This record gives sequence, structure tokens and C-alpha cells, in this order.
Amino acid sequence: MHALRSFFARRVVIAIPYLWLAVFFLAPFLIVLKISFSATAIAMPPYAPVFDGLANLWERVQDLSFDNYVWLTEDALYIKAYLSSVKIALISTVITLLIGYPLALAMARAPDRIRPLLLMAIILPFWTSFLIRVYAWIGILKPEGLLNQLLLSLGVIDQPLTIINTNWAVYIGIVYSYLPFMVLPLYATLEKMDYRLIEAANDLGATPLGAFWKITVPLSVPGILAGSLLVFIPAVGEFVIPDLLGGSDTLMIGRTLWVEFFYNRDWPVASAVAIVLLLLLVVPIVIFQKMQQRASS
Amino acid sequence: MRRFTSFNLVALVFGLAFLYLPILILIIYSFNASRIVTVWGGFSTRWYVELMHNESILDAAWVTLRVGLLSASVATVLGTLAALALVRGGRFWGRTLFSGMVFAPLVMPEVITGLSLLLLFVAINFDRGFWTVTIAHITFSMCFVAVVVQSRLLSFDRSLEEAALDLGATPVKTFFAVTLPLIAPAVIAGWMLAFSLSLDDLVIASFTTGPGATTLPMKIYSQVRRGVTPEINAVCTILVALVTLGVLTASILGKARSPARTP
Repeated sequence: MHALRSFFARRVVIAIPYLWLAVFFLAPFLIVLKISFSATAIAMPPYAPVFDGLANLWERVQDLSFDNYVWLTEDALYIKAYLSSVKIALISTVITLLIGYPLALAMARAPDRIRPLLLMAIILPFWTSFLIRVYAWIGILKPEGLLNQLLLSLGVIDQPLTIINTNWAVYIGIVYSYLPFMVLPLYATLEKMDYRLIEAANDLGATPLGAFWKITVPLSVPGILAGSLLVFIPAVGEFVIPDLLGGSDTLMIGRTLWVEFFYNRDWPVASAVAIVLLLLLVVPIVIFQKMQQRASS
Repeated sequence: MRRFTSFNLVALVFGLAFLYLPILILIIYSFNASRIVTVWGGFSTRWYVELMHNESILDAAWVTLRVGLLSASVATVLGTLAALALVRGGRFWGRTLFSGMVFAPLVMPEVITGLSLLLLFVAINFDRGFWTVTIAHITFSMCFVAVVVQSRLLSFDRSLEEAALDLGATPVKTFFAVTLPLIAPAVIAGWMLAFSLSLDDLVIASFTTGPGATTLPMKIYSQVRRGVTPEINAVCTILVALVTLGVLTASILGKARSPARTP
């Protein structure tokens, strides 16, 4: 009796989330794939029918069109948007690393007593709304905003800087929003580090900077990689930051997809954009997953 | 020995200032009497008063709250089940597919998650609105819950469960009497994470929503696109205050409980 009941209990525990994800994650994904191969139609929904039974399978295979993908390669806008997304995400990741590393290092070297407090201070902004944190920068970066007011009154500049609606504002937005993602994995590796190694290096005559480059940095490579991927992957597909802080010439693929979908109402092309974006992210995502597996085993 | 140098101190001060100053400025300017957001016109709470009379923002807040509470609760149940399936499920058909489906939404760009769910709802002719947003939020936040609960399940002492089973408890009873109390902190943390993800989401909600189901982030976004207003500053301040309060309470409760739990 017990065995039978536990057999069913186990089945139910697995089946419920499995079914949910199959219906609301896997099926939608397959639909995107299918629609990306279908022709645009001026109707509602604006694409050729998706579900018409399995009977005429071969005909349907013949119906598949690569037009949307061909279109993506023909219009320079899309290629530029993909390349520019990767470029913006890369530059932002490097800046985030340069700001996050000293911060994580300082946290790891802080006295034991205040370290949990510092950790809390880094995590807290992560809980506050992403949208609010991006919005906060608009008031600061505007031409008549606080940053320009401050710099003008200090006499550093005599003309207001144009930062908002440029790529610089996008870099600032991404760095600001994703800094905790960089700091936390860095802190985790730096905190575990064996500090006797640094002492040994010092005893052997290494300068503090030499010890840092030869010991601290190499030992924190897993943290650097994890943090960089955690920033880079979501930054590539980012929509809110380029939309609110970027200018009309800020090309990012998440925004292109949004425009294609909501303004041009071209659902098949939007689907093709999504599939190519995913393919673009497969490599960093697989690297990240391999790292996670190695870390947990 | 960990040496805390003056360079470390500078990095810490600058880093924390960078993280907190923008939010602090936002909060200060929500008490600005002037309508021009960047000019200080004296202290005033008029934007909070106006907010209380702004029906559309209050409606949006109510929708967001309902979506958040419902989706976080369902996501916590589903996510906990998913974590149990991954850690305790043993071998089953399609296990790799299952773990892929649990982890993929974590790294999936929001625009893709939103687009794909919308296309599903259109394909099956499901009326879009409150329920579609809730389903969308359940789907992506359950994966975050699963990861949080999974790490807890992996780290605790299995012998307690085995003892309960040896003493004749059924697996179901063992789960409720032994496992669930042990993973409760992770389950609660998972719920909070799911709730805050739901409160925060703009992109997925924009794709999956329909008439009459405008969430607060969507409302904030459409107002921000028209320009910065002190009213939005006031909304943001209230949200930041609530989240801060929630996180601090949770961490204090967590601290108060932890000494009792560790023998």
C-alpha cells in the first residue's frame, strides 16, 4: 500500500511542474519556431495558420518559408542591431567588472562583523524594481539634470553634457542595473580565497600589486567568468534600458524585436529575430551551465 | 590575514554611493514641491496626495498586487515540486528535458519569453488579461523558486528523512513533517523572489496582457516615456520603501530563527 502510494506521489510531484513547463515554456517556444518559418499575413493573428492537423505534414513542410530569415540578412538593420547589442553588452560587462572587482575585493577583506551587512547592501538594490532603478538615472543624466548641474557649478564643464539618449547612458544603465550580478559571484570566490598565499607572496618579496596580479586575479577567474556571463547574457537581450536611456540611434536587438512586434506588427519577423537572438546566446549560456555544473559537483 | 587597505575603503565608499545615490535622489525629489523634477522647490507631500486620487495608478497597483500574490504562491508550489523532482525524483523519462526547461527561463531574454507566451495564447485563442499575465509570471518565476529550493534540498541532512521513513512514516507524511519544515526558509525566500519578480516585470506583462489588466510597471513605463513626473517619483519611493521593509524584515526574521535551528 505504502509503496503504491509513494509511487503515485512521486509521479505527481514530477508530473505537475513537468506538464506546466511543457505547456507554458516548451510549446510556446515551438510555436515561435514555427511562426518564424511562416509567411506574414495581413489578418489577426497576422501570420499564416499554425495548427492545421498532422494530416498534410509533407505539404506543411513544403509551406515552411525561410523568407523571414532571408529578410533578416538582407536588411542591414538587423545585422547591425545584433552586432551592436553584442558590442554594447561586451563594453558594459567590462565596465561592470572594472567597478565590481574592487568593490567585491573590499567586501571580501572587510572585517568579519560587517561583511554580512555589506552583502545585504549589495543585494538590497537587486530587490528593488529594475524599472525604478533605470528611471532614477533619467533625472540625473538629463541635459538640465543633476549631474550637469553639479558639473556646471563645480566648473568642470561650461556646456551641459548630452548623456541621455546616447550609448553612454545605456552603458551607465546596464552597469548600474547589473552590478550586483557581477559583485556577488566575485565576492563568493574572493571570500573563500586562502589569504596565506598572499602572505607567502609578500614574504617572498612580491609587491602588493604583484601579489594581486599573480595570485588574487588568477584565483578569482571562476568568479570573473560567472559574473561576466551573468551581466553579458541578459544585457544582450535588454529592452528597458536602451528604450528609456538610449537614443534613436541606439540599436539593440531586444528593442528591434519589440518594435517589430508592437509597431510593425510583423509577428513572423519578430519570431525569427527571437530565434536568432537565442542562437546567439547559446554559446555563452552553455559555457555558463558547464561552469555551474562543475561548481556544484 | 585579510588586510583592509585605504584603497579597499575608497572602492567600498564609491561602489555603495554609486548603488544608492540614484535611488536616494529619486526619493528626495519625490518630496519636491516643484513640478519641474530637477529644480528643488521646497519640501512637500503633495505628489503623494495626488497619487491617492489617481485612479489609473491605483488600479494598476491593485492589478499588480493581485498578479504578484497569486503568481508567487502558485510559482512557489510548482517551483518546490520541480526542485523535489530534480533532487529526489531519481531517474524519469525526459529528465534532461525537464531540467533544461527549469533552467532555460532563467537565462532567456524577457522579450523572447513574452513573445512566445503571447503567441501561445493567440494560437489557442485564450482571452488575454489578468490570467495570461498571471500564468506568464508563474512560468518564469517558478524556475527561480526551483533553483532556490533545490540548493537547500541539496545541502541538508538526508538522514532525518530516512529516520522518519524507517519509523514508518509515509513519504508524503515525511515530506510534510520533516522535509518541508527543513526547506521552509528556502521556500519562503523563493516566494519573496517570485513576488518581487512579478512586481518588477514590465516586458513579459506587456506582451501577455490584454484590456483591463495594466500592471504598475506598465503604467510607470508609459508615463516615463512621456517624461519624468514627480508623481512617478512618489510611486517609486513607495515601492522602494515597501521592498526595503520586506527584505529587512525577512532578514531579521531569518537571523532570529537561525540560532534555534542549528543544534
